[in-house]
Amino acid sequence: MHALKGVSFTIDAGEFVTIMGSSGSGKTTMLNILGCLDKPTDGKYLLDGVDVKSLSRDELAKLRNRKIGFVFQSYNLLARTSALENVELPLLYNSDVPAKERKEKGIKALESVGLGDRLDHVPNQLSGGQQQRVAIARALVNEPVMILADEATGNLDTRTSYGIMALFQELNAKGKTIVFVTHEPDIATFSSRTITLKDGRVVKDVKNENIRSAKEMLAALPVDKDY
Amino acid sequence: MRNKTRAFLTMLGIIIGVGAVITMVSIGEGSKQSIRSQLSGMGSNMITIRPFSNSTVGGGARLGTTGLQTLRLEDIKSIQQQAKFTTDVSPSVSSNAQAIYGSQNWPTQMQGVAPSYLNIREWKLSSGMPFTDDDITISAKVCLLGQTVVDNIFSPGENPVGKVIRFGKIPFTVIGVLEKKGENTFGQDQDDVILAPYSTVQKRILAIVYIQNIYASAIDENSSDTATKELTAILRVNHKLKPNDDNDFTVRTQAELISTISSTSQLLTVLLTATAGISLLVGGIGIMNIMYVSVTERTKEIGLRMAIGARGRDILLQFLVEAILISITGGVIGVVLGITSAKLVTVFLGWPTLVSESSIILSFAVCAVTGVFFGYYPAQSASRLDPIEALRYE
Repeated sequence: MHALKGVSFTIDAGEFVTIMGSSGSGKTTMLNILGCLDKPTDGKYLLDGVDVKSLSRDELAKLRNRKIGFVFQSYNLLARTSALENVELPLLYNSDVPAKERKEKGIKALESVGLGDRLDHVPNQLSGGQQQRVAIARALVNEPVMILADEATGNLDTRTSYGIMALFQELNAKGKTIVFVTHEPDIATFSSRTITLKDGRVVKDVKNENIRSAKEMLAALPVDKDY
Repeated sequence: MRNKTRAFLTMLGIIIGVGAVITMVSIGEGSKQSIRSQLSGMGSNMITIRPFSNSTVGGGARLGTTGLQTLRLEDIKSIQQQAKFTTDVSPSVSSNAQAIYGSQNWPTQMQGVAPSYLNIREWKLSSGMPFTDDDITISAKVCLLGQTVVDNIFSPGENPVGKVIRFGKIPFTVIGVLEKKGENTFGQDQDDVILAPYSTVQKRILAIVYIQNIYASAIDENSSDTATKELTAILRVNHKLKPNDDNDFTVRTQAELISTISSTSQLLTVLLTATAGISLLVGGIGIMNIMYVSVTERTKEIGLRMAIGARGRDILLQFLVEAILISITGGVIGVVLGITSAKLVTVFLGWPTLVSESSIILSFAVCAVTGVFFGYYPAQSASRLDPIEALRYE
C-alpha cells in the first residue's frame, strides 16, 4: 500500500505553495517527507540540493533544524514556558549559534511576527492567534530555507486566520519559501501555487493567477465577524 | 521539570532515603564512639598478663589461675628492659580484708601495684600524692584509697589524707585519694579498691614472692597487637618454654575487648544502613516511575523537539539531566534533613550521634548514581520515540 504514487514536482525558492487534498489523499505522508520526518520508500527528495534518502536519523534531525521551520495546527508550544524561550528552542539544538546570540535572535523573530511586547508571556496568557505567531517566530528563528505549515489556521477563527495568512504573505514577500498544507480551498487562494493531491497522486498543480491579499481581506471583514 | 509539586514528591523518596542513611549511620557511629570512649576510660592501651595452666591435678581437674605462681618480678624486669612497644609495666597482687577506720569498717580489696599502675589505668588522684619507687623499696605501709572506700569508712567532709587506717590487722597511712572512675562496662565498681606498693602487699600481707598479674600499656592503641606478641616472646624466654610448650600465661588487651564490642555496634550500623539503603532504592524506583510518566506525558513535546532538530541523544540527555537534578537536589535536602534529625535525636532522645563525612559523601554519590541508573531507561525510551508518532500523540 503506497500513500503516494508517482508524485513529482519542484518547489522553487521564494514560492508560496499550498498542498490541498481531502483526508486520505496522502497529504500527511507528503508533509512528513517534505519535513524530513520520514523518508520515501522509493524515489528521491532533494531539499536545498541534499538527497534526504542517504541521511541518518541524527543527520535528518540536523537538516530539520537548519532548513525547515515547522508550524503546526495545534501550535505545539511548550506550556509554562515563555514565548521567548519557546522561540529560542530550535537554537538550543543548533550548535552554530552561540548561547549569547539566542536571546537576541529570539527577540528579533518575535518582533518580526508582531509580538515584540509579549516576550515573557506563557502560552496560556496568549490568544490562539498569538500562540500561532509565536510558533511562526519559532519556525523563523533558524532562518530555514522552507517554512512548512500543517493546517496552520485549522484551529483559528476566520479573522485570526486571515491575520496569520497576512503574516505568511508578508514573510513570502520578504523571500521566504512557504509550503502550506491545508484542506481549506479558501486558504489556498492566498498562495502563489496550489498542488492538489487525490489518492496519492498529484491531480492538479496550478499557478495562482489571482492571489488574494489577506491583509485586504482582513480589513474588509465586518467587525462583528469577531464573534 | 516545571511541575514543582510533582518534582518535590518525586524527591521525597530520595530525601527520606538520604536523610535516613545519614541519621542511622550517625546513630551507629555515635554509639560506637561512646563505647570506645567508655572503654578508653579503663585505659584503652592496657594489656593484662595472667598466669595460666593447662596442666591438671588429681583426677584431671584443671588448675585455675589463682594459686599459679608462674609470674615473677624477674618478668617485670625483663619487660622493662626489652619491650619496645610497652611504656609502663606494673605487677599486681591483691588481698581481700576489712578496711577499718575509727568505728567504721568496709570489706574491700587491696591491690599491690607499682607507681606506674596509675599511668596504665589513666587514673589520677583527687587529693594527696602517689607512692614512689622508694616506697616499693622499703615496703612502706602507705596506700591510696578508692572513692567508695573513702565514702564507707570516713565521715562526710573528713580528709582521709594523712590518716591511718587498718587493712586487716596492718595499719596503713593514707597518702592520697583516687579520682572517682565509676562502674566499668560490666557494672563493677572500680572505686572499691585500695592501692598500695606491691612489695608491701607481697611481704606484709600475703607473704609471697610471685605476682598474680602483670599490667602493661602499649605505646598506642594500634600497637597493642605488636606489644602482645612482644610480651609473649619475652615471657616465653624468661619461663624457659620449649617451642612446643603451651604458654603458662595469657596476654589480653583492652583493644580486643573494644573490637568485640565495636563489632556489635558495627553490625548495628550495617543493619541500620541497609534499611536506609533500601529506602534510597525505593526512592530511586520512584524517580524511574515518575520519569516514565513524564516521558509519556510529554511525548508530544518530545515529538516537537525532534521535529525542530533535537537528536535522540539531546532528548536522552535532557531527561537524564532532569533525573539527576531531581536526585541531587533530593540528596542535598536529604543531607540537611539527616544532619538535623541526628541533632534532634541527640537533643530529645539523648543518644550519642556522630555525623561522619564519609556517610554524607557516600549517600550523595549513591544519589547521583541512582539518578543516572533510574533515569537512564525512561530517558532512553524517550530518545527512541518516532517523531511522527510522537507529534500526533494525544
